[in-house]
Amino acid sequence: MKITRRRKEKLIKNIFFLFAIVSLLILFLIVLFLFREGIPIFKEVTLWDFLFGNEWYPTYQPPSYGIWPLIVGSLIVTFFSSLIAVPIGVMSAVYISEIAPAALKEVLKSVIELLAGLPSVVLGFFGMVVLAPWLQETFDLPTGLNIVNASLILALMAVPTISSISEDALYAVPKEFKEASYALGATKYETIVRVIVPSAFSGIMTSVILGMARAIGETMVVLMVAGGAAAIPESLFDSVRPMPASIAAEMGEAPFRSGHYHALFATGIVLFFMTLIFNLVADYVSHKFREEGSGTL
Amino acid sequence: MRRRYFKQSLFFALVTLSAGLLLFSLGGLLVYIFLNGFRAVTWDFLTLPPMDSMTKGGILPAILGTLYLTLGAVAVALPLGIVSAIYLTEYARQGKIVRVIRIGVNCLAGVPSVVFGLFGLGFFVVFLGFGSCILSGALTLGILILPTIIGATEEALKAVPQTFREASLALGVSKWLTIWKVVLPSALPGILTGSILGIGRAAGETAPIMFTAAAFYTAKLPGSIFDEVMALPYHIYVLATAGTFIDQTRPLQYGTVLVLVGLVLGIDLFAIVIRSVVRKKKRW
Repeated sequence: MKITRRRKEKLIKNIFFLFAIVSLLILFLIVLFLFREGIPIFKEVTLWDFLFGNEWYPTYQPPSYGIWPLIVGSLIVTFFSSLIAVPIGVMSAVYISEIAPAALKEVLKSVIELLAGLPSVVLGFFGMVVLAPWLQETFDLPTGLNIVNASLILALMAVPTISSISEDALYAVPKEFKEASYALGATKYETIVRVIVPSAFSGIMTSVILGMARAIGETMVVLMVAGGAAAIPESLFDSVRPMPASIAAEMGEAPFRSGHYHALFATGIVLFFMTLIFNLVADYVSHKFREEGSGTL
Repeated sequence: MRRRYFKQSLFFALVTLSAGLLLFSLGGLLVYIFLNGFRAVTWDFLTLPPMDSMTKGGILPAILGTLYLTLGAVAVALPLGIVSAIYLTEYARQGKIVRVIRIGVNCLAGVPSVVFGLFGLGFFVVFLGFGSCILSGALTLGILILPTIIGATEEALKAVPQTFREASLALGVSKWLTIWKVVLPSALPGILTGSILGIGRAAGETAPIMFTAAAFYTAKLPGSIFDEVMALPYHIYVLATAGTFIDQTRPLQYGTVLVLVGLVLGIDLFAIVIRSVVRKKKRW
């Protein structure tokens, strides 16, 4: 009786372990299949020319597969969207965690959750039919689908990520820190800026990195509002074609297992590893610099 | 002293403003979509297929397609996610293996949705030979929401007090029965909330289904899991960018957006309400 019970427990544990490693297996399969479909492009073009080539003309004869303009497009919209999303995200987190009255706090947290849940195609649609015409008229531009538009909409997508993770970090700061600061005669502002925010810094950094990862990998928004010009932009009102937009727009038309098809998968590899690096850095930051425990007498 | 408080008021004004901005952007967006869309959403719109090269008619095939894809994704992700989370929190010794699995789950959560689409194309559609169909799309969406469900379940399990487990084990109950009869029932509301949020995410995603399931246009309703389907998010994208009569179909576009937003936010709101009700009732 005792042995069978122990055996049963062991069996359950082992089966559950198999389920748990499915995530790792999927991650491995993703890498495997991206490489399987992406690597053949390097028979036609060198890695260097692929990454740093300035010309993305996959359908020309002969085609040229340089994704540098796409990489630059991705980096630019990610940078400018962070410029908007980081201050708003972190400050709203400070408001929710430290200043808002309890009832408003719950409302705001729900608002952020709903904002995070908005389908990206809806935000892209909004950018296309509302923001683009407005930008075009206001600044007298040839097109409203450009870096500014994409950055604004992407910021709206990154803010919930940044805000909710920052809020968790601020909330986790031990109460004693705050009380000690007040006891020393600091104002609420001084306590927030000099004590609470620095204590939660690793969490805030993590939120920023994850927010940027979200922006760089976001597809529908850049597909619909970035304009789609595969060239290095010269001004903020130029169109760009970030990597996800290129993949999503062209995969439907690329002939199966053609050079173009392989090139798009290889672009996926680049995108995958960029976001992977962002995520690993976030993971490292959140573990390495975590404040643990609180000093008491 | 005065200057210190002046700085404080300035700072408070700034952070309040940014929180207000969030409230305003969500509210503004919803009001705008509702005002532009509600006239288009009629009974016919919800129950008819598109007609006259998608300039008239309704969106029934897209609604059904999204429903099937989402249900399929949940059927894949829910068992897998919950069992993974039980292993990670209840069984595994906190060491290297768990750390590696956790990093793996985090990385999976960060994979861009379009890369999931590429993977679905390379693996389900081409390698396994499913073709572009409900099955491929549902599997792709399922692995996309897997990390969300694992994360939510882990949180819910961790929130169950350790004393519950100890009491049960002290009575001589086996570990598995303890989890099944004591831990899981207490964690159920949390698991439910997280799963429903995952469902909302699956219903709204576009990029993962573009190459794995979504059809530009099909008049017939899906009959098997190997059929291509229309889906609400992809339908919005198609109408807004690829149609020949983009301006004429504007009302239809707003209507479809309203239906999708209503669906997704309705699902999310449901999860949020469940959670707050349960929190108020919580006895430990």
